Amino acid sequence: METADIVTHGKDGPSTNPHEGETPLVEMRDISIAFGGIKAVDHASCDLYPGEVVGLLGHNGAGKSTLIKILSGAYPRDGGQIFVDGKEATIANPRDAKTYGIETIYQTLALADNVDAAANLYLGRELLTRWGTLDDAAMEAETRKVMARLNPNFTRFKDPVKQLSGGQRQSVAIARAIHFNARILIMDEPTAALGPAETEQVGQLIHQLKKDGIGIFLISHDIHDVFDLADRVTVMKNGQIVGSALTKDVTKDEVLGMIILGKCPPAAIPGPGALQD
Amino acid sequence: MSATDANDTKATSDLAASLNSGEKGLKGFLRATEVDTRMLGMVAALALIWLGFHLYGAIVNGFGAFLTPRNLWNLSVQTSSIAVMATGMVLIIVTRHIDLSVGSMLGFVAMIMGVTQVWVLPELVGLGSWVIWPVTVVVGIVCGALIGAFQGFLIAYLAIPAFIVTLGGLLIWRGSAYLIARGETIAPLDETFSLIGGGPYGTIGATGSWIVGILVCIAILVGLYMSRQQRIRFGFATRPMWAEYLIAGVSVVLVLGSVMVMNSYYWPKGIVRRYIEANGLTVDPSEVFISYGFAIPVLIALSVGLAMTFLATRTRFGRYVFAIGGNPEAAELAGINTKKMTLLIFALMGALVGISAVIASARLKSATLALGQLDELYVIAAAVIGGTSFAGGIGTIYGAILGALVMQSLQSGMVLIGFDAAIQSMVVGAVLVMAVYLDTIYRKNSA
Repeated sequence: METADIVTHGKDGPSTNPHEGETPLVEMRDISIAFGGIKAVDHASCDLYPGEVVGLLGHNGAGKSTLIKILSGAYPRDGGQIFVDGKEATIANPRDAKTYGIETIYQTLALADNVDAAANLYLGRELLTRWGTLDDAAMEAETRKVMARLNPNFTRFKDPVKQLSGGQRQSVAIARAIHFNARILIMDEPTAALGPAETEQVGQLIHQLKKDGIGIFLISHDIHDVFDLADRVTVMKNGQIVGSALTKDVTKDEVLGMIILGKCPPAAIPGPGALQD
Repeated sequence: MSATDANDTKATSDLAASLNSGEKGLKGFLRATEVDTRMLGMVAALALIWLGFHLYGAIVNGFGAFLTPRNLWNLSVQTSSIAVMATGMVLIIVTRHIDLSVGSMLGFVAMIMGVTQVWVLPELVGLGSWVIWPVTVVVGIVCGALIGAFQGFLIAYLAIPAFIVTLGGLLIWRGSAYLIARGETIAPLDETFSLIGGGPYGTIGATGSWIVGILVCIAILVGLYMSRQQRIRFGFATRPMWAEYLIAGVSVVLVLGSVMVMNSYYWPKGIVRRYIEANGLTVDPSEVFISYGFAIPVLIALSVGLAMTFLATRTRFGRYVFAIGGNPEAAELAGINTKKMTLLIFALMGALVGISAVIASARLKSATLALGQLDELYVIAAAVIGGTSFAGGIGTIYGAILGALVMQSLQSGMVLIGFDAAIQSMVVGAVLVMAVYLDTIYRKNSA
């Protein structure tokens, strides 16, 4: 299964990834996880290069969120390896992932609703005074700086994040992910709860982060959300990788075919989950 | 970039400041002083209860016994044990757990301490040795912490619900307390140990109380000054000066006022006479007035309250407790070891039960089987009346201490005006349900 036959491509076969030959920022190899007999992720492999945006697509339940939660340390994997900068990484929990510079913006945002923006931004990495107590003033001052850049309209620094709007909460979650020098950013359905203006803002942010050399996994079930932002798409179906293609080589309809039917267009590199014909 | 950032920061804080000064009336007042309105409500309720009982006594019985130094002093001592445990229960409920075993644990730990100081230590170091009381106290606190840690382990690592683990604990520790001494009452406890429970000798007297009161006032003033400096350093909005003076003034009056009340309760004449005889003095007992001052258990409870407030608001541990309560999954994903935290929180609860067991058994000068019975309910009620939410993530230490005071005031008040025990428990139950209902309404309106 893993050594799927290389389907012969026509003259418009996959063009070479501009990052070909570089060491991937992160590479997941043969990742598997099962929940009570259901193979949520089945020998999936994917990679991400510095400054690249990879859209991870698939239906609800295709396994994309699960695959990414393995990378962020939220789920322990049953099998497979993760490489960061070409070296094997041990990621057993979210703390491990953060030490490799892997930051995640979860679909649920994963904010502690009862505390304020600064407390959420620094959750698990609090700034301390020289007596070892929380330095709330310093954390608030830093948070004000970060938010001034990300979302200048944000002024409610004293309120619990529960009382903020969807967009404001989103910006807190984004601030938390990029404030600690993330190298690999995972965004799970980042624009699902946002209005058009805020979605546009997220798009600009992604361009900015790309320029800084950060690798981004963009997870979505909706191809329209990611097609313009991603350099490459990797499609999952039933826990398996259908294939991967540079967005410039394929049309939205072809990617849709990958998502719905698992049918790889000639310009994609097929994976083990590709429909065999 | 950083220059504009600084400007932005300043602009927003200026905006906040102008908003503050712009508001008028009660709302503006509350915002300027940054007083927790919920706490104000509780203080008002407490004042109402105190006045109500006093006036009822004055009108119906012809004597208002509630607002007397004697009753207020007793009230402070009776509240201590519950207040200490309530501070720990806040953290437990904030993290969406519950501990039903604290009352039984208190009985068990008190029994262990009784055996330690009456049966074991006199054999080893001799009766009346000075090491007996500190060793006993350490044994009690460590024993409580170990039991708490064990229950926490079952809850965190074996994923048994806290309700079940501690319900089991409620039965197990009460049974164990019986087994230790076959139901016997262990007495008399060590003399020095007994001072921790209060009583005429277990107080710090008039001078000591003034010293404590003045030190607390200085600490409050320094604290207010430092927090203002900190805000100025980062350019955040500060309270207007009049609000700072008002808060400082009210705090100082409250502290010194409570010193005066505690100091105007004098030793009964019988004890004064014995004291005079014991010291070979030749004065007329009727002319000697010896003040009680703050009782030792009250000072312990206040210190615990202070330490727990510090822990809850100023440390990583406290921040994680509230984050876990707000969203356990988010806390886990942020890299917090939530299992270890749960274990530690229950261990801390156990240690506090140890302290309460010291106070409770020292107050009775004996370890009895019934010690701590139903305490779990009073402790949980104190935390909940004090604003701790069962939904998790919300609660304050001072709220729980005030809650304990409200509970104890109700009980003492009803005893003073001569209500039946049956009616007492009915009133306490009704007040608990009422308090939570009012709290729900308050939260709906403030959110």
